[in-house]
Amino acid sequence: MKRLMLGNEAAARGAYEAGATVAAAYPGTPSTEITEYMAKYDEVYAEWSPNEKVALEVAIGGSLGGARSICSMKHVGLNVAADPLFTVSYTGVNGGLVLIVADDPGMHSSQNEQDSRHYARAAKVPMLEPSDSQECLDYVKQAFEISESFDCPVIVRLSTRIAHSQSAVETGERADYKIKDYNKDFTKYVMMPAMARRRHIEVEKRMLALQDYSEKSNLNSIEWGNKKIGVITSGIAYQYAKDAFGDVSYLKIGMVYPIPEKLIAEFTSEVETLYVVEELEPFFEDYIKKIGIKVIGKEVLPLTGELSAQLIKEKILGVKQEVNEQLVENIPVRPPVMCPGCPHRGMHYVLNKLKLNVTGDIGCYTLGALPPTESMDTCICMGASIGTAHGMEKARGSEFAQKTVAVIGDSTFIHSGITGLIDVVYNKGNSTVLILDNSITAMTGHQPNPTTGYTIKGEVTKQIDLVKLANATGVERVRVADPFDIKEFERIVKEEIAAAEPSVIISKSPCALSKDVKFEGALKINQEKCKRCKRCLALGCPAIVNKGDFVEIDEALCVGCMLCTQVCSFQAFEDIAEKAGAKNG
Amino acid sequence: MDKLNIMIVGVGGQGTLLASRILGTIAFKMNYDVKVSEVHGMSQRGGSVVTYIKYGTKIYSPLIEKGEADIILAFEKLEALRWTEYLNNDGMMIINEQEIAPMPIITGTAKYPSDIINIIKQKYKNIFTLDALKIAKQCGNLKAVNIVLLGVMAAKTAIAKQIWDEAIRETVPAKVLNVNIEAFNAGYQAI
Ligand SMILES: Cc1ncc(C[n+]2csc(CCOP(=O)(O)OP(=O)(O)O)c2C)c(N)n1
Repeated sequence: MKRLMLGNEAAARGAYEAGATVAAAYPGTPSTEITEYMAKYDEVYAEWSPNEKVALEVAIGGSLGGARSICSMKHVGLNVAADPLFTVSYTGVNGGLVLIVADDPGMHSSQNEQDSRHYARAAKVPMLEPSDSQECLDYVKQAFEISESFDCPVIVRLSTRIAHSQSAVETGERADYKIKDYNKDFTKYVMMPAMARRRHIEVEKRMLALQDYSEKSNLNSIEWGNKKIGVITSGIAYQYAKDAFGDVSYLKIGMVYPIPEKLIAEFTSEVETLYVVEELEPFFEDYIKKIGIKVIGKEVLPLTGELSAQLIKEKILGVKQEVNEQLVENIPVRPPVMCPGCPHRGMHYVLNKLKLNVTGDIGCYTLGALPPTESMDTCICMGASIGTAHGMEKARGSEFAQKTVAVIGDSTFIHSGITGLIDVVYNKGNSTVLILDNSITAMTGHQPNPTTGYTIKGEVTKQIDLVKLANATGVERVRVADPFDIKEFERIVKEEIAAAEPSVIISKSPCALSKDVKFEGALKINQEKCKRCKRCLALGCPAIVNKGDFVEIDEALCVGCMLCTQVCSFQAFEDIAEKAGAKNG
Repeated sequence: MDKLNIMIVGVGGQGTLLASRILGTIAFKMNYDVKVSEVHGMSQRGGSVVTYIKYGTKIYSPLIEKGEADIILAFEKLEALRWTEYLNNDGMMIINEQEIAPMPIITGTAKYPSDIINIIKQKYKNIFTLDALKIAKQCGNLKAVNIVLLGVMAAKTAIAKQIWDEAIRETVPAKVLNVNIEAFNAGYQAI
C-alpha cells in the first residue's frame, strides 16, 4: 500500500522492515522524528540517550550483541559521536549497524551547516543519500545489507528537505531477522594498538571492495537525456536539478562514499558540458577534479545555504525568473520567541536587569539572546556554557566571575554540561551555573530526558536528582529557585554570584507546553491604570503588544502566567471577568 | 487541473502542520504525485513558518519559489504580506485578518504595517479575507483557525467537498473532530 510519509518516518520504516530491534538517539532537528517513529513499533527497543555519543555506543552494543541496530542524530550530533564512529569503523559489526545523520543546509534550526559527507571519508565508512521518502525507506534497508556484507557501519545522510518532506511510499513486510550469535573475539573488538593495526589493514581492503560495489550498485544510476549537458548530483539537489535542467543527462549518486569513479568517467565521456550540483561543500567536485575530469560546480553555485531550482537556473543556465517586487519595503522580521508562559522568560528578565555577563548554551532559552532581554553573550555548542564561563574567569579574574553566570537547559546539562561543572570544581573556579530545569527537551519538540521521569515509550522511570548530582561533583552551594517569582529569583542570583565558590541555581518550573501545566487564562490591561511606562515590554512576551500609544494584551496568545503583574508598578494587568471557556481546548 | 502549488504561511504554533497534512492527504486521494515540505524545529516557536504542498503528475523539488504559488493560505496578515512575492499573478490568497505582533514590533523597533489587505488587493485580484479566529472561537476552539481557512479554500476550489471531508476525518484526532468539522463548514460558508 502507498502512503504519504515524512522522510524521517520512511527511514524508520526502512529500519523496521529490515528487522532492526535496537534504536538509540539524542534528539536534534531535523532528525528527531526518526526515533519517535521507531518508538511506535512494539518489536523495537527505542531510547533517548543522554547524548549522541552514548546513543551510538548503545547502537554499537546492539550490533555487537547480534541485533540490527540504528542510531540517529543531527549533523552536529555526529561531532559528539565521532569518537566511537572512527573506531567502530575498525571493529566492524555483528548485526547490521546504520547511523542516520541529518544535515541542515540553510540552518533552519542549527548553529552551523557542516557537511557530514566529510565524516564518511574521514572515518572510512560508506554513506548513502536518498532523494525522497521512498528512497529513505529503501536505502536504510539496503544500508543494513551493506553493513553486514562488508562488516562496517553505514551512514545514511539526510538533509532538512528530505527529512521533513512528505512523499509517497510503498511499504513492505518486516523481515524475519534472526539475531546473530554473540562471538567473543578480542582481535576484532578490542582496539589496542596491536589489534587495531591489523584491523586498519582490513579497513583499507574493505574500502576497495566498497569502491567496486559502488561502481556496480543500483544506488548510482545514469538517466540519459540530451547529452549536451551532463549533471552529477545526489539527494535533494537531484530534485532541484531535475526541475532546473529538464531533459538533460543525469548521474544520480545514491552512494556518496565511496564515489563511483569509473561510472563518473563513463558518464563524463558522453556529455558535452559537465556540472556538479551539490549543496554545501564541493565534495563530489573535488573528487572529480582530482581524477582529472573538467567540471563546473562551486565556481557558479554557492558554498552556503540551500540550493533551489530557480537558483540553479539562474547561476548555471543564466535564466532569471521574473518575479513581482515586494509590495512593502522592510517588512518586520518574525524571529522565533519564547512562548507565552515560558519559565525561561522570568530568568532572562532578571539577568538583563542585573546586566550580567552570560555564557549561554543551546535550547529554547537561547532565544533570550535576542532583544528585548538580550541576556546571553555566547552560544557555541551543547554544553559549552560552563567551560566557557570557567575559561573567562581564568582569563579575567574572580571579579569578572562575580558578574558572570553560565545558563544551561536540563537536557543540555545532562548531554554535556556535567563534565564542565566537574571541571569548575576540580580546577578551583567560582562559576555560577543556572540549570534551567523545565524537565523536558523543549526546543526539539518535547522529548523526555533523564530529568523527566518517563522514557520515550512513556514508561515511568527514575528521575535524576539534579541537586544531589551537583552536590556530588563537589558544589556545596546548590539552590532551587522559582523563575515565576522574580524578586526572589533576583535575590538568589545576586547571592550566588557574590559567593567565592562554585554554585548551582536550579531554575525549576515545567515547560508551558507540558500537558499538566494549566494557567489561569488571559489577562487584560486596565487602560486607566496603565501609565504607558512600557516596562512590561522588557519581558519580551509575544502576548503583550506595543500599539505605539498604548499597550494591549493579545487575548488569543496570553495564557495568564502572571509574570507581567510582577513587573507592573500600577496593577494594570487584570483578570478578564469572563474567561473564554474554550481556551486551550 | 494538471498541477497545483499551495503554500501555507503563518506563525509557528498556529496549526499549519495539520493543515498541510490534510492538503497532502487530499492530493493523494486524487491520485496526484505529491510532496509536502514542512518546517519543524526552531521556527515552530512563534517564528515565521511556511509549508509547501505541490500536486502534479510528477513532482521533483518539494519547494515552491517566487511567483510559483497558485494558492496561499495566510494564517496571519503580516505573513500574508511577507509571502506575496511567491504568488503567481493569477494566484489566490486567503487571508486570516488576525494580527500577531512579532518581537521587533513589541520592542518598538518596527511598526505593524497598516492597510495590508488593500495593498495586496491593489496588486492581486483573487484575494479573500476573513476573521478566522472569530469563527474558530464561535465554533468553540481557538485552535481551529487552520480548519476554518481550509473551509474557505474548499469553497473556492473545484475539489469535491466529500474528499475534504474524508481527509479531515482521517487526519484530525478523534476527540477534536466534531469541532473541526464545524469549523470547516463555517469556513466553507464564510465568503
Ligand atoms: C550536539 C547537538 N545535539 C542536538 C542538538 C539539538 N538541540 C538543540 S537544543 C536541544 C535541547 C534543548 O533542551 P534543554 O537544554 O532542556 O532546553 P529547553 O529547550 O528545554 O529549554 C537540542 C537537543 C544540538 N544543537 N547539538
